[in-house]
Amino acid sequence: MMSLIEVRGLCYAIDNRSIFDHIDLDVKQGKITAIMGPSGTGKTTLLRMIGGQLRPDGGTITMDGQNISTLNRRALYTLRQRMGMLFQSGALFTDMTVFDNVALPIRVHTTLPETYVRDLVLMKLQAVGLRGARDLMPSQLSGGMARRAALARAVALEPEIVMYDEPFAGQDPIGMGVLLKLIKSLNETMGMTSVIVSHDVAETAQIADYIYLLADGKIVCHGTPDHLLQHKDPHVCQFMQGLADGPVAFDFPASDLRSDFGCA
Amino acid sequence: MDFFQQQGKNAIENMRSLGRSALILWHAALWLPVSVERYRLLLRQLYRVGVLSLLIVAVSGLFIGMVLGLQGFNTLSRFGAEQALGQMVALSLVRELGPVVTALLFAGRAGSALTAEIGLMKATEQLASMEMIGIDPLHRVVAPRLWAGFISMPLLAAVFSVIGVYGGQLVGVNLLGLDHGSYWSNMQSAVDFYDDVVNGIIKSLVFGVLVTWIAVYQGYNARPTAAGIGESTTRTVVFSSLAVLGVDFLLTAVMFGD
Repeated sequence: MMSLIEVRGLCYAIDNRSIFDHIDLDVKQGKITAIMGPSGTGKTTLLRMIGGQLRPDGGTITMDGQNISTLNRRALYTLRQRMGMLFQSGALFTDMTVFDNVALPIRVHTTLPETYVRDLVLMKLQAVGLRGARDLMPSQLSGGMARRAALARAVALEPEIVMYDEPFAGQDPIGMGVLLKLIKSLNETMGMTSVIVSHDVAETAQIADYIYLLADGKIVCHGTPDHLLQHKDPHVCQFMQGLADGPVAFDFPASDLRSDFGCA
Repeated sequence: MDFFQQQGKNAIENMRSLGRSALILWHAALWLPVSVERYRLLLRQLYRVGVLSLLIVAVSGLFIGMVLGLQGFNTLSRFGAEQALGQMVALSLVRELGPVVTALLFAGRAGSALTAEIGLMKATEQLASMEMIGIDPLHRVVAPRLWAGFISMPLLAAVFSVIGVYGGQLVGVNLLGLDHGSYWSNMQSAVDFYDDVVNGIIKSLVFGVLVTWIAVYQGYNARPTAAGIGESTTRTVVFSSLAVLGVDFLLTAVMFGD
């Protein structure tokens, strides 16, 4: 199986705090790869690096053999037409309707006549169940609808790879089920490669083909969902089963509790 | 030692932001409204930056012209020179008040709106998602707004001056009884097209570039938080007002100094 995206020896630090420490990772063509880990471990940062919005301090990220971090501006924008990204907030353009939001990438990157654009957009909106909401402005949509509209926009040009940033966070159970089905069906029917960044274990494990577990700047463990769910390592167990007690500290590093309350 | 280190750090940071803002200006200057799509983007911004600023500019111009008429008439009549009112009003407006006051109003009305809008687009990840769609926000968001500012400012300053001259006439001629003919003919003979009008237009062009450049840069580099956008908007108004007044002195010294 070919790797569409290869990450090798990736290092990154913000203000001397190491976010990634020599990370290796592969995203296989046509598969759903999940990157999971506790909040604040740089999962979103990793997506931004794959999208070329941030440059790593060391190591390489390649897509189809092209090193993303050394591409010039023009080549990077060309490469991005082959990627779609679903932002956590949806990030719809607030000054245009849902229809125009989805139509924008098609209008900018192709020379299709307007009737084709209309048909394409309506097909994408139908797929996410928002054909009837085409004339609404983003401010009139609920959070879940906004994210689905953003998904329609992200796949408007039928990119080879779609990256999802926390797609399940803050969704109601129905919206969650719809999204799960959508991601899975996009992957199966259109052959899209998917990268999901998430900390929702149960949902992600349902659809992912392969999971990387990220903690403290390193890949702690990787494998199929079943492999990870049955893993014996206490770090992996704690995260996959959502246990409060375990080797991973939940509290932000702090001074001794007693000294803060003056009884030391 | 810490003090010097801090100064050096600040200096480097200032140089970097100067470089970033120069890059923004460079990218925008290369963006010309050559296609229908770009023309439409520019037109929409021209409406929002220019047309919507018309009312405040027109009203301010009228009042400033009226005040000039009132003050000028009082002072000039002491020397029996009230028929020079027309030239006084026109020269003050065309050389100084037109470009400067319009630029200050423009910074408050259009500049702050530009900064807040772009800053909010950044905070809500709209700029990032535009990049990921493969559209350069410098081209789609920043450049049309910059060009709209460059084009609107001189036009607004011209509207300001014209209405101001009319306001001077309202007070000087219609209210205080100055001769209609001497108001206009004195103005006509005293105002030189190249020395006064063209220099005034150059000033307003320069101010337009300054204000829009500062506004757009502040928005594009705003901290993506509510407080950050507030700070950037304030900075836009403060920096562009100071820049306009400072550069106005330099330009006046060069244009009318001899």
